[in-house]
Amino acid sequence: MWDYISTRLDAIGFSAWQHLSLVVQCLVLAVVIAVVIAALVYRSPALTSVANSVSAIGLTIPAFALVGLMIAPFGFGVTPAVVVVTFFAVLPVLRNAIVGLGGVDPALVESARGIGMGRLRTFLRVELPMAWPVILGGIRVSAQMIMGIAAVAAYVLGPGMGGFIFSGLSRLGGAGATESIVVGVVGVVLLALVLDLLLVGLGRLTTPRGIRV
Amino acid sequence: MSDTTTTIEQPSAEVSGRPIRLDDVTKRYPGQTKPAVDGITLEIPAGKVVMFVGPSGCGKTTTLKMINRLIEPTNGRIVLGDEDVTQIDGDELRRRIGYVIQAGGLFPHMTVATNIGLVPKMLGWSKERIAARVDELLELVSLDPDTYRDRYPRELSGGQQQRVGVARALAADPPVLLMDEPFGAVDPITRQRLQDELIRIQEEVQKTMVIVTHDFDEAVKLGDWIVVFEEGARIVQYDTPERILAEPANEFVENFIGSGAGLKQLTLRRVRDVDVADAVVVKPGTTGKDALQQAENAGHGHVVVVDDRERPLQWLSRRQLSRIDVIDARLDPALPVVSGAATLNDALDTMLVTSVGAALVTGRRERFEGVIDVETVMEAIRDARANAANSEGAPVGMNSGSIGLTPSLIAAGEAAQAAHAGDEAATATATDDARADHTERGAAG
Repeated sequence: MWDYISTRLDAIGFSAWQHLSLVVQCLVLAVVIAVVIAALVYRSPALTSVANSVSAIGLTIPAFALVGLMIAPFGFGVTPAVVVVTFFAVLPVLRNAIVGLGGVDPALVESARGIGMGRLRTFLRVELPMAWPVILGGIRVSAQMIMGIAAVAAYVLGPGMGGFIFSGLSRLGGAGATESIVVGVVGVVLLALVLDLLLVGLGRLTTPRGIRV
Repeated sequence: MSDTTTTIEQPSAEVSGRPIRLDDVTKRYPGQTKPAVDGITLEIPAGKVVMFVGPSGCGKTTTLKMINRLIEPTNGRIVLGDEDVTQIDGDELRRRIGYVIQAGGLFPHMTVATNIGLVPKMLGWSKERIAARVDELLELVSLDPDTYRDRYPRELSGGQQQRVGVARALAADPPVLLMDEPFGAVDPITRQRLQDELIRIQEEVQKTMVIVTHDFDEAVKLGDWIVVFEEGARIVQYDTPERILAEPANEFVENFIGSGAGLKQLTLRRVRDVDVADAVVVKPGTTGKDALQQAENAGHGHVVVVDDRERPLQWLSRRQLSRIDVIDARLDPALPVVSGAATLNDALDTMLVTSVGAALVTGRRERFEGVIDVETVMEAIRDARANAANSEGAPVGMNSGSIGLTPSLIAAGEAAQAAHAGDEAATATATDDARADHTERGAAG
């Protein structure tokens, strides 16, 4: 086991970095998409329930199947991986963003409008900061989830730790196959822990002191 | 807004408010047959406090929110000063009108200073000017800037939050202040104190204030004028508190006033309107013997201990003094204190719970001003009764109206103009007094 790791340290490090990078970039993209969608729908009960259904149903789609389906339009490589990972990343964030924005006290919004803040300014200066802790909760769930999904995305030759898992699985019983799978799985778990810690830190930095629990 | 600068540099007691006129304003919500507000025409005089009262759902809040166009009127015109603001940009309009909601409506994720500085920031003031203004406003609402500037709203009590809410509304020195049930969410004691504070602030800033409340006693206490609304924002009576209490327009108003109209008249007179008695004042550190000597010389039974900012700390009887070596700077928590802006009703209440049957009166910045006792209150009641008989020809309120009442509206409008002129004369005197007070304060500081 240690031999396997020590001889491939560079490759493992590179893959881990690629994996983390894929996840973080998709996460950032997903947060932007989710917040924009949430901002568009949260005022309308009908649209809100549509968005919630979509995010609930979306989460039931097997990641592996979706990855496979993406081969047809996007081929192999980074593109289908990013699409799938981002898609799944959006769902929990969207759900929490809607809940968070919907939970902002209407009196605060009225107060903001009443002192002459426009719609956009009210959203950016009042509603979004107030909903941020809830949205951040969604981001953390999302981050954990897409760590695993990003591994699956290696099936379409996407970057990351998934490569170790698939290459091990395809050679099951062969030399170093088990080690390869273990490195992939443990690597993903460790990365997930690291990212979660980073997100906790981000939460401390970005949550205003006045609403910190 | 060039006048903004001058008022900020020297907070004066001149009328900085502007009149508001609602001209045949209607609000109709889609899908409802009856309009929420039905053709209201209302004139709100500059620098006065006008209270909107009425049962819930009568449209008083809707009417208030149409003044700053948080709710856009379906028809009609809104005139602020001499400018028709019905068509201008709503956000721009609202930056020129202070707005306070229940519990202050502070943003919990911003510090007190950021909250107060929001409107000036939107108006593009410099950082230094905003910081100076924030401190000035915190002083105005009796919060120590160094202590409270950097706090978050949740670190404040309900009453303090409400004060900051008022400070925020005043930040850019708007001529008009709108308040929607401002003291609905605080306990009765805090509410009374906030009301007194608002009266005191209004004396300093002289804004045009429109306040919505469902509490008739609050309306009587705070209002120069009261508008009593009925379903559909129909004006039942628009008059001074004195006249509404003395001559309710109909049974609806009578029911709304509730019982004890006579006692409520007590809430119309303020402590500073009556003569307060002098007292022997000493500072902490004086020996009990000296203080006792002073009390005896003046023929008083008590001495008042004040701190170096002249705020009362203790109220000691001769007997207590005879047992004290040196007077300490301890604050007596049970000290019976009423502010000069408190009503005689509040003062009487405070006196009745103390054994002495008297209370200490404080003025601006809680400075000690004198002593009020039950006899003084009784005398004031006798005065008030005598005056009420003469108040027949007092300036009367404006109009009530809905669509179709136009001729009477015009007549009422003219009456309002006349009333207004009378008010201005009264205000001029008040201003002079306030100036004198100002100079005195300057000399003391």
